[in-house]
Amino acid sequence: MLATDLEQVEVWRALRAQLEDASAADRDALLAEKARLTRRSIITMISTAGQGHVGGDLSVTDILTTLYAYTLRIDPANPTLAGRDRFILSKGHCAGALYTTLAHSGYFEPAELNTFMAPLSSLNGHPNRNKVPGVETNTGPLGHGLPVAVGQAMAAKLSKNDARIFVVMGDGEMQEGSNWEALMTASQYKLDNLVAIVDRNRLQQGGRTEDTNALDPLDERLASFGCEVRVIDGHSYAELVEAFAPSTTGKPVAIIANTVKGKGVSFIEDRVEWHHKVPSAEQVLLALQELS
Amino acid sequence: MSIDTTAPAATTPSATNDPTAPTYDNRTAFADELIRLARTDERIVAVCNDSVGSSNLTAFRDEFPSRLINVGIAEQDMVGVGAGLASSGMIPFVCAAAPFLTGRSLEQVKADVAYSQHNVILCGMSPGMAYGELGPTHHSVEDLSWLRALPGLDIIVPADRLQTRQAVRAAVASPRPTFIRVGRHKVPDVTPEGTELVRGRFQQIRAGRDVTFIVTGTLVSRAIEAAAVLAESGIEARVLNASYIAPLDVEAIVAAARETSAIVTAEEANVAGGLGAAVASVVSQLEAGARVPLRILGLTEFAPTGSTDFLLNYFGLSSAHLVTAAREARAHA
Ligand SMILES: Cc1ncc(C[n+]2csc(CCOP(=O)(O)OP(=O)(O)O)c2C)c(N)n1
Ligand SMILES: [Mg+2]
Repeated sequence: MLATDLEQVEVWRALRAQLEDASAADRDALLAEKARLTRRSIITMISTAGQGHVGGDLSVTDILTTLYAYTLRIDPANPTLAGRDRFILSKGHCAGALYTTLAHSGYFEPAELNTFMAPLSSLNGHPNRNKVPGVETNTGPLGHGLPVAVGQAMAAKLSKNDARIFVVMGDGEMQEGSNWEALMTASQYKLDNLVAIVDRNRLQQGGRTEDTNALDPLDERLASFGCEVRVIDGHSYAELVEAFAPSTTGKPVAIIANTVKGKGVSFIEDRVEWHHKVPSAEQVLLALQELS
Repeated sequence: MSIDTTAPAATTPSATNDPTAPTYDNRTAFADELIRLARTDERIVAVCNDSVGSSNLTAFRDEFPSRLINVGIAEQDMVGVGAGLASSGMIPFVCAAAPFLTGRSLEQVKADVAYSQHNVILCGMSPGMAYGELGPTHHSVEDLSWLRALPGLDIIVPADRLQTRQAVRAAVASPRPTFIRVGRHKVPDVTPEGTELVRGRFQQIRAGRDVTFIVTGTLVSRAIEAAAVLAESGIEARVLNASYIAPLDVEAIVAAARETSAIVTAEEANVAGGLGAAVASVVSQLEAGARVPLRILGLTEFAPTGSTDFLLNYFGLSSAHLVTAAREARAHA
């Protein structure tokens, strides 16, 4: 298990304090800056490792940044704190984005990111809770995170704590039936402490979701499964912050976060081939320039 | 509809222990053979899970757009759909990364394929630890154990390009519930020219009377290398390629036990229930004099982070490890 980086935790605490006092505009600017650094780190990591899922990492970055910097009630110095809010990255192939976010929050030393996928590294291509503090469950096979989150939401209810459980699925991932089984359970048990976020970048591994096995009308489908549905721009910090507010209906919250796969790097944006392509040295420079 | 089970002859160099020999991704031979047969047999369809690229089905889709069924990321649905297609006279090649095809859809494979006896051809792409650094969720090292427990399901592990083509041809010539491991980690050609793939039979790649290697898939070339090393010190190792895990070649296992003094098995799979376990269940039930020492090489735990080659070595599956295991097993004879 990697060790907590207490210095980095202090950096995280300082940002959190700043965000709490900031005006909405300042808050968004602070989050944008944090997300920019995260995106740069993702590009570098993938280039060093020679592997990774850059498109989905960049589409989920603003969601992760807002959650960890602003929304989640967590203490990175105490990753197993009872009653903490929980986050599960069900689309585990985007481990690169999660690792960077966790490292920037102090769960472990950011220097560790250089070992991404290196022999015997704790930072495997998909997250492992037994090696990386802050990871709540092992993901990688799509369609696992939401049922586990439902169990955690249920446990919070049973133990009468007010923890909230956040989980991010890819949109292609929503083709897995297990997600819909889990939503039925969440709705049956009125798990209003559950927030199921769909990273709606409209691309999956081999094509556009709507050309493969269409998800729309996704909002109506989620609503008919018993969710309070919020449709937002998944790159707008203001909309993310608002959408992460507690349920108002007693139902589980489902957020359709409309995103751009590859967000932030022009030549990666909205291109199916960048699901897991690795940027060349030249492309890395271009990408870092765009993110400077 | 005509089914040609002979052509074309893939290049078939003889068994090699040359570590510099060219190596191949078996998915290429797989897709090529599938397309060739699909041209003359309209029953052939491919079913996949958002894996057109990783299952190497792009050319198939381009040539037969209506015969490529992509259900999206929904493996249970995919195998069920395959069973429905098979029950209606089609020959579905259901293609997905092996861990999801077997792990996610295991009950569909059990009830809809093996138990129902629908002639679905399950193609486990990139099996074993081919996905290296993507880790245990993406490794398919339990498939042999899980699927061996299903009566009526053939399990084929082609060791090279030729055997991959032969497995595809066999599935079309006489469709039956079948799982084929379609390797992605590059391997050299190992099958001697003229060797047929016969249902339920191992192939002897090298003759020997001192010790027997029973190996499968990526381990075959490694066993050939190990046998060459052993020969330098006068130990003649028999090398059997277990290209069929089910039905099992009990006869070849019994002969190895009777004719050689020890058996070493090796597989890119978990040892709990795989090829080695199958061999052990045969050898352990022989009469006392024939129960030779056995070494079973394979995985025993979830892999740490690492590339395929790194992990094969980590789990003791290099040719050097095979040499050591053979010497140890013989010492116990
Ligand atoms: C059960 C399962 N099937 C297939 C895969 C292979 N796979 C990895 S990522 C991916 C595409 C995911 O698309 P999406 O959910 O939209 O994620 P994103 O676009 O955010 O990358 C696929 C098919 C998998 N990891 N798990
Ligand atoms: Mg997507």
